[in-house]
Formats: sequence, structure tokens, C-alpha cells
Amino acid sequence: MKSGSRLERVLRAGLFAVTAELNPPDSADPQAVYENALVLAEVTDAINATDAAGANCHMSSLGICALLKRAGYEVVFQVSCRDRNRIAIQGDLLGAAAMGVRNVLCLTGDDVSVGDQPGAKPVFDLDSIQLLRIARTMRDNGVFLSGRKLDVPPRLFLGAAANPFAPPFDWRPHRLAKKIAAGADFIQTQYCFDMPRLKAYMQQVCDMGLHEQTFILVGVGPLRSAKAAEFLRTRVPGVVIPDEIVDRLHQTPKNKQQEEGKQICIEIIQQVRQIQGVAGVHVMAFRQEELVREIIEGAKLFPRRANDLRSSTSRRS
Amino acid sequence: MSLVDHTHALELAYRWTERMMLRTSPLLARLGFPRLQPLFVFGEEVLKGAVWDCQMCGQCILHSTGMTCPMTCPKNLRNGPCGGVRSNGKCEVKPEMDCVWTKAYLRSQTMKWYGDEMREVQPPVNRALQGTSSWLNMLQRIDKETPKGWKVGD
Repeated sequence: MKSGSRLERVLRAGLFAVTAELNPPDSADPQAVYENALVLAEVTDAINATDAAGANCHMSSLGICALLKRAGYEVVFQVSCRDRNRIAIQGDLLGAAAMGVRNVLCLTGDDVSVGDQPGAKPVFDLDSIQLLRIARTMRDNGVFLSGRKLDVPPRLFLGAAANPFAPPFDWRPHRLAKKIAAGADFIQTQYCFDMPRLKAYMQQVCDMGLHEQTFILVGVGPLRSAKAAEFLRTRVPGVVIPDEIVDRLHQTPKNKQQEEGKQICIEIIQQVRQIQGVAGVHVMAFRQEELVREIIEGAKLFPRRANDLRSSTSRRS
Repeated sequence: MSLVDHTHALELAYRWTERMMLRTSPLLARLGFPRLQPLFVFGEEVLKGAVWDCQMCGQCILHSTGMTCPMTCPKNLRNGPCGGVRSNGKCEVKPEMDCVWTKAYLRSQTMKWYGDEMREVQPPVNRALQGTSSWLNMLQRIDKETPKGWKVGD
């Protein structure tokens, strides 16, 4: 065990993992975080605290992690390279680990131009792969990037993102291999709506043996409406939604589209579970957290089998 | 097709220049590297600027990135591409621009010698070298110097 986190134990036990994203509040009130976490905690193995996703300003991921750890929840601390340089990020990793954070997702981050404050200075001092390797060295070798020794290294389960749906498609599995070489223990993918593309990607990943070197969680999420689907696929970089899915929502009456979106999400999870090399799902239900439970139940992933952890034998150490 | 698309020819030119530089290195050292800086900076700005839109990071890895300058990526990725590449292969940040890394990948496939270097994990950029000559840094082995905490991970 690298971190001993619940997410790591679930994955190493060979159980199908479920993580979800918490909608970060635009508020200084901790109650908003607790309310959002409450609906997610029971049906997931870990809650992701996003780091100004889409370059939109919200409560910080470190702040959210502090609140969630205080309340006893399992978190994934998302760290983006967009807003902080290497000095700030390494300090945050230690601070987070000191608060009990055991899972970190290393991201390059969306550019400031897509967010609500496009005039901001983009940092990008590191990229996600360099960040992964620095975090791994802090954990495994007990040193900062400078080489200065840490008194107590952080115990972290390191994650990274992957987007099988963006070109160049042939290169994507090789980039995954680079992330694994840099230290990725687990992977969360971009939203999956294009099943043939995911299958082709996973085939290549399995042929390269990468699924045995990391745990791959496929990103899924409910589309609120046909309009939301159009927005997502035209305005959010890297999200691909095939016409069939958008048409299916268009053909549904407006007041039933949210329900249909949820149903599509459940179907996608069921298909994803059948694909070799997939270790879990990561649910991104932006401002629809209340649906996550129904989705997990609908996909027959509830009740979570946390108790199985004690009886099951470790798949990989 | 522009000059940068003749990737193998560029790769050849790179290898030839590297050998020439290494051969003349003792002479250059006697002249004094600091004294040569302005001349080399000017040369690189003009030549590499014209061909690759060189950003003068001072630690050139062109041959490891499909003879495509990674510093022209708006996110400065040395290990790209990011997940935001559009379906048409254009950049997430600048929709009118081809993704630097999509080009790098395509070009790397026509490279006989250095194409596979795309698979190597590139260390963080030493920002202190910004604006200096990468050729002179190469001859002094400054460009490949990494922090101690990076090396222990090897």
C-alpha cells in the first residue's frame, strides 16, 4: 500500500470503484460543502474536490479537502498546474497530506481563457506529468524537487487524467504510459459518451499491458438536457458527445430530458463495466449531485461493498 | 508544405549542427561562452524564430518533440498533448491554431532517429535559462541539468 487510502484499498481488492465530483460552492460557508458531500458520501468510495475546474473561480480544493477530512470523508485532492508554481504545489501536497488527504489527482488544468476570469495570468510552471513525478519522488524518495529532505514524506495515492476521446487517438495510450512511468497509480478519464472510441482505446491499453500497471476509472455523467449536451460538446474542451445521444435527448419531451440523461448515464456505466481493464467509474454530475445516488443504484453498484474489503484478498500490493 | 514539415531533413540538420558544435566546442570554450552569448542568442532568435517560432527557453528539446517547439503550446507542455485538443486537431486555447502536439506526433513518425524520444518524460523547464542560447547551454551541459530531486526518481 502506497497510501492506505480507502480508494486504494478498494481498487487493490479488485472491487469496482466509484468516485464522484463535488460541486464547489461560491461561498465562505462550510455548510454548502457538507450538504453537497452528504449526498455523495454514502454511494461513493471517494469525493473529488475540484481545483477551479474550467478555470472558473470557486472555493479552493484544499479548503474543501480540509472541511471534508474534518467531517471524516474520503477525498481526492485535485491539483491543477494552471494557478500555482512548483513551490506552491509541493507545499500544498504536504499540507494536504498533513490533514489526512491520501489521494491526489494531478492535472495540467484548463486554460484561463475558457473561465470566468480570462485576464488572469496562466502559470503552467509544471505539466501534469512533471507534477506526478515530483509527487511520487516526495512520497517514495522523501525529497522535494530541489533534493532537500522531507522529515516525514506524504503518503499519497497518485492519480492523473486521460482523454481517450481527443486526437491524436493513436498517441493517447502512449501518453497514458508516460503518466504511469511518471507515477500514476490511478486514472480518471474525461466524460465518456463515445463507447466505440473507449473500447478501441482500452483495447490498445490492454494490448500494451497498461491496465495492469494502473487503475482506470472511466468518467461518466448525466446530461441535464439536450441544450446542456450541446453546450458541453461545443464549449467544453475535450468532451465528445455523439449525435445519437444528443438526438435521443432532443426526441424526449423537455420535462423528461433530465430523466433520460440519467438513464443514458446508467446504460453507459453498465457498458463500461463490461470492458476489460476498467477498474471503476468517476461520476461528474455538475449541479446534479442529487442524481448520483440514483445513478449508482440504477447501475446496481449500491450498496457499496466496503465491508468486502476486510474479507477480500489483495489483488496487487 | 512548409519547411517544418520536412521533418527528416530537419532531423538531419539537427544532427549535423550538433556534431559541428561539439567539434568546435573547445575553440568556443577558449573564446569564452559568456562572450559568445549575444551572438548565439541573436542567431537562434533569427533562425529558430523564423522556422519554429522559437520562444528562447534556453533548453531546446525540438528533436524529442517531433521537431515542433513545445513552448509554442499555450500551456507550455513539455509532455503533451493535453486533453483539450479539439476533434479537428486544433488547440483548445487558440481555436485557429493547429495543436502543437498533434503536429509533433505526426512529424515524430517520419523521424528515423529521434522519433521515439516523444515517449520520454521531460523534466520541468528551468525558467532561469529563458532568453539564453540553448546551443551554448548544450555545450556546457546546462540544458540537461535537472534538480537533485528529479534525478533520484530515475
